[in-house]
Amino acid sequence: MKKIYYINIALILILTPLKNDAFGISEAFTDNIYNPGILKPVDSVLKVKIGDLAPDFTLPSLSGEKVSLKQFKGKNNVVISFVPAAWTPVCSDQWPGYNIVKEIFDNNDAILLGITVDNIPTLFAWTNQMRGLWFPVLSDFWPHGKVADMFGVLRSDGVSERALFIIDKEGIIRYIHIADINKRPDLELLVTELEKMNMK
Amino acid sequence: MKIKNVFRLTGVLISLLFFTYQAFADKKPLAEGNKLPEIILSVPKNTEHQKYLGITGKGTFNIPQIKAEVVIIEIFSMYCPHCQREAPTINKFYEELVNSQKLKDKVKLIGIGVGNSAFEVSHFRKTYKIQFPLFPDADYSIHKKIGEVRTPYFIGVRIIKDGTHRIFYSKLGGAKEANQFLKMLLHRSGLV
Repeated sequence: MKKIYYINIALILILTPLKNDAFGISEAFTDNIYNPGILKPVDSVLKVKIGDLAPDFTLPSLSGEKVSLKQFKGKNNVVISFVPAAWTPVCSDQWPGYNIVKEIFDNNDAILLGITVDNIPTLFAWTNQMRGLWFPVLSDFWPHGKVADMFGVLRSDGVSERALFIIDKEGIIRYIHIADINKRPDLELLVTELEKMNMK
Repeated sequence: MKIKNVFRLTGVLISLLFFTYQAFADKKPLAEGNKLPEIILSVPKNTEHQKYLGITGKGTFNIPQIKAEVVIIEIFSMYCPHCQREAPTINKFYEELVNSQKLKDKVKLIGIGVGNSAFEVSHFRKTYKIQFPLFPDADYSIHKKIGEVRTPYFIGVRIIKDGTHRIFYSKLGGAKEANQFLKMLLHRSGLV
């Protein structure tokens, strides 16, 4: 029986490192991406809804400045992109994709704020690997995940959901999309919603 | 733990091991010298692209049906920073092909956007003014068939007159310089 027990331990050890990798990861990240495997698609309960005034927040950004939601009131529509974690497969290509859609945001009077619960040094290294991003990247590291929690997108393991919020110039939430954490949200859907809101 | 349960657990783990390695068997990148897996693409709506590929009508086609002696397949993603940066080089590579009287009918270039929807592929095309045909692979079904490779990845296929074909190039990484890349691929293909 002891023998069988040891065989099982060996099998577990063999199986552990084998994880799903079907993400089409860019070579830009070489072997620096940690793959957490397939996670529970959604693991939080929203605390806001469409039509609500978005909760205001102030977070440190990569550029060193603090960014508040209220500073865009009356000026820009705001898209908030929460991504779960730096150096993970889907997150590492979602934002570089947004790097080539700036024109769409500009055409819709919108700015994009990228938020993760990672600290600034981690975000610095990660976004450098992407060779920079045109939009502010904010750290919701401390108090840990406070902003993600205000919106109801903080998962039980301390990372945020893969979530998109569109907030209009009056600060009202116009669109919410909590994506399956394992999948990149459909860009067309976001663009359609932005254009729809801007036409109103 | 009861001995019965230990046996049960062993069975479960062995099955898991078998299925995991089965999945990994598909994850190998395509080997040079082999045939392509069946990659079915939709006939492009753009008539210029249809003419370029020598494929007409509606419906779908298989890559070896492309009217060419060599087909270069760029596996890209609009979300991949390398693919974005290299898009102008690949455009230059395409221009060298179509501007060469000797090569324009023999060597064709296509791109497949892995995990990219038609909208995303179209946005990538518009951003970088890409002239050659690009195809979406929104559900990663092609990506799975080619071994879930990283991007950019290039596959070169030699189409032989008897209707058969073989992969002569299958590598991760893009082109640093268009002309050098073309020369290397032509040499590897055996075309020149």
